[in-house]
Amino acid sequence: MSKLTREEFRVLRTRAEHDLAQSREVPSILICAGTGCIAGGAMKIYDNFKSECEARGLKVYVGLKHDSDEEKSLHVKMSGCHGFCEMGPLVHIEPMGVMYIHVKPEDCHEILEKTVLGGEVIDRLVYHLDGTAYPKQEDIPFYKKQHRVVLENCGTSDAEDIEEYIAKGGYSAFEKALFEMTDEQICRNILDSGLRGRGGGGFPAGRKWDGARKQKSAKKYIVCNGDEGDPGAFMDRSVMEGNPHSVLEGMMIAGLAVGSDEGYIYVRAEYPLAVNRLKTAIARAEEMGLLGTNILGSDFNFRIHVNKGAGAFVCGEGSALTASIEGNRGMPRVKPPRTIEHGLWAEPTVLNNVETFANVPLIIKNGVEWYHSIGTEKSPGTKAFALTGNVVNTGLIEVPMGTTIREVVFDIGGGIPDGKKFKAVQIGGPSGGATTASDEHLDLPLDFDSLKSIGAMIGSGGLVVMDEDTCMVETARFFMRFTQNESCGKCVPCREGTKRMLEILDRIIANEGSLEDLDLLQELSRTISETALCGLGQSACKPVQSTLRHFRQDYLRHVVDHHCPICNGRKRRLVIKPELCKGCGKCKRNCPMEAISGEIRMPHTIDNDKCIHCGACWGACPFGAIDAIEEEG
Amino acid sequence: MKPDTEKVLSILASHENDPSNLIAILQDVQAEYNYLSEANLTLIADTLGLSVSKVYSVATFYENFSLEAKGKHIVKVCAGTACHVRKSGPIYDAIYEYLGLHGKKKTSDDGLFTLETVACLGACGLAPVMTVDGEVHAKMDPERAIELLETIRKEEVRA
Repeated sequence: MSKLTREEFRVLRTRAEHDLAQSREVPSILICAGTGCIAGGAMKIYDNFKSECEARGLKVYVGLKHDSDEEKSLHVKMSGCHGFCEMGPLVHIEPMGVMYIHVKPEDCHEILEKTVLGGEVIDRLVYHLDGTAYPKQEDIPFYKKQHRVVLENCGTSDAEDIEEYIAKGGYSAFEKALFEMTDEQICRNILDSGLRGRGGGGFPAGRKWDGARKQKSAKKYIVCNGDEGDPGAFMDRSVMEGNPHSVLEGMMIAGLAVGSDEGYIYVRAEYPLAVNRLKTAIARAEEMGLLGTNILGSDFNFRIHVNKGAGAFVCGEGSALTASIEGNRGMPRVKPPRTIEHGLWAEPTVLNNVETFANVPLIIKNGVEWYHSIGTEKSPGTKAFALTGNVVNTGLIEVPMGTTIREVVFDIGGGIPDGKKFKAVQIGGPSGGATTASDEHLDLPLDFDSLKSIGAMIGSGGLVVMDEDTCMVETARFFMRFTQNESCGKCVPCREGTKRMLEILDRIIANEGSLEDLDLLQELSRTISETALCGLGQSACKPVQSTLRHFRQDYLRHVVDHHCPICNGRKRRLVIKPELCKGCGKCKRNCPMEAISGEIRMPHTIDNDKCIHCGACWGACPFGAIDAIEEEG
Repeated sequence: MKPDTEKVLSILASHENDPSNLIAILQDVQAEYNYLSEANLTLIADTLGLSVSKVYSVATFYENFSLEAKGKHIVKVCAGTACHVRKSGPIYDAIYEYLGLHGKKKTSDDGLFTLETVACLGACGLAPVMTVDGEVHAKMDPERAIELLETIRKEEVRA
């Protein structure tokens, strides 16, 4: 395809819209091709549908276009992530709007015959909840409370088809920004929209952009942070896989706004599919002349590169990320100067997260007021969350900012499986905190500012639900081990401090800690958060601080009772069997707690209120009279 | 092992022998050989005009790079939060024991398997997950994990 001018691009869009409308008249089979569903066998299902269609003499189209004269034709497409990963592999049948779950390759024949050609719904493959069948996606409770804006096209579009993106209004925001807006106007729009960085900090994107715009430098860079390293978060992966063009378009608009002609997307190496989809999207956009030189006949030039990370969590930090793109060890540097003044290759750089860029075209296209109509006053728009852990419906969700934790966990997530009790939600991964089952916390709106008030943060959007069988000390240790392992080692507070905190947590979990250890953890947390070099180090102690604050009981079980029913199993009680005890008194002399009493040559007894289950008596008794009894309940 | 100089040089050339592409170059070389040998690191440093210590510092900084040869099949157990709360730890322990590993030894004696952890594959809906040579296996438990390795081992013996 030759490079398009603005006029030719508009002609192409009209044609693509027409093709899209026509393609909706013939049946489409959409197979979710997100990482989750592919792991469940989605590619095999895709192949099976194609061969089943061929066997029936049906003409299969993979792109938008089809020959309308042709009879008995249909589309078989791979879509982005639907988000309902727990139920994958997922298959959508359009225009009926039916969604099938847990589809197996051998179901393809039946689906084609009965549903696609016969218009009949196969009850067995439909989502059921409490005896009700939900054949349509929009009726399923998991989707009902969601508001899909950024993820709207994930799941309904072929991620690799640029024409489908254009047909659905894609690149029209870029076209508008390119020909009808000044750089100042774009920055003003983003600033007025109140768009805040989706990567965790919540910094107003418009302020960043305007700051970079004002820098007097011939070379500026746009960098997209796709190094989604928080364990338990996969929102950005789904956007990059399911709607890669929206990320490119956001970056291109940022390029216009600040006067940059080059962008980088830094993606985790653990996301090979996202890397491939982005590279394909870039290649398609280049072919059309949407990327490259003299874009759409204007004097605007823009190129985008994809860089793969190499497995370092710290590279999610801005200055570490740019160091990694430059081919160095990914270590943060002292700030200021800020990235907008001194970023990639020491040039002014706008660095935003994937989801932030994906919001940009929507804001430019639909306007600032539209954006403010969603979410809360100080946190407008929506937020994607990865809902995982001990919850019935795990998956990717998008809700307006300000939705409560209760709505997310119980209405969308469907509550806790196996009749267990809800205990906590960990928000924001290793840099975030935990919320409790109290009404005050459950009714807390999910937005940037409310969460900060209780010591948690929205982070990049990982929501891990935990049930009553989770020990929060163990959870805090899990995150501390992660951060300790990922500490880059540049600054002492993070390198040494996290190590000591981990040692203390290990000691506490082994039931060898003391109350003083809790104070020590507090003190270390304070020191590290005040003195570490980068944001990751400063927030490394958040999980410990928040669990100490909200789940002190769990710590006390380890340091006072020296027994945690979750970590150590049911509590055991030590008793002396009177028939074996000769009353020698050895146990009494060895007990460090003076918990054993009894007259010499008479059976002794253990006072269980004083006993710490150290086992000294068990080791000392020459007659094997000490026994451990498991307590009920 | 004698380095296949030409192959490495062609990888370097495909990245325009540009030092800023060092990480991408190391990734491609590792994809070819499964690990980064001393000879290859030296070759890369010389070609890019960097010191060996600089290349070594980058290669040791990132988790994904290995300076030791690995087993034929790479087994990764996800240690992300979602997998952790759905008990991926026991899966790792079971494989560790099954492969007869100890201490820092992560490759089985027969050279067939190397066991690693990965910090979240982003397939949390399928937790707990493990991958064998990049292929994701969903909703695993210790028994199924061992069964899977058992099958691969049998196929290797037959081959």
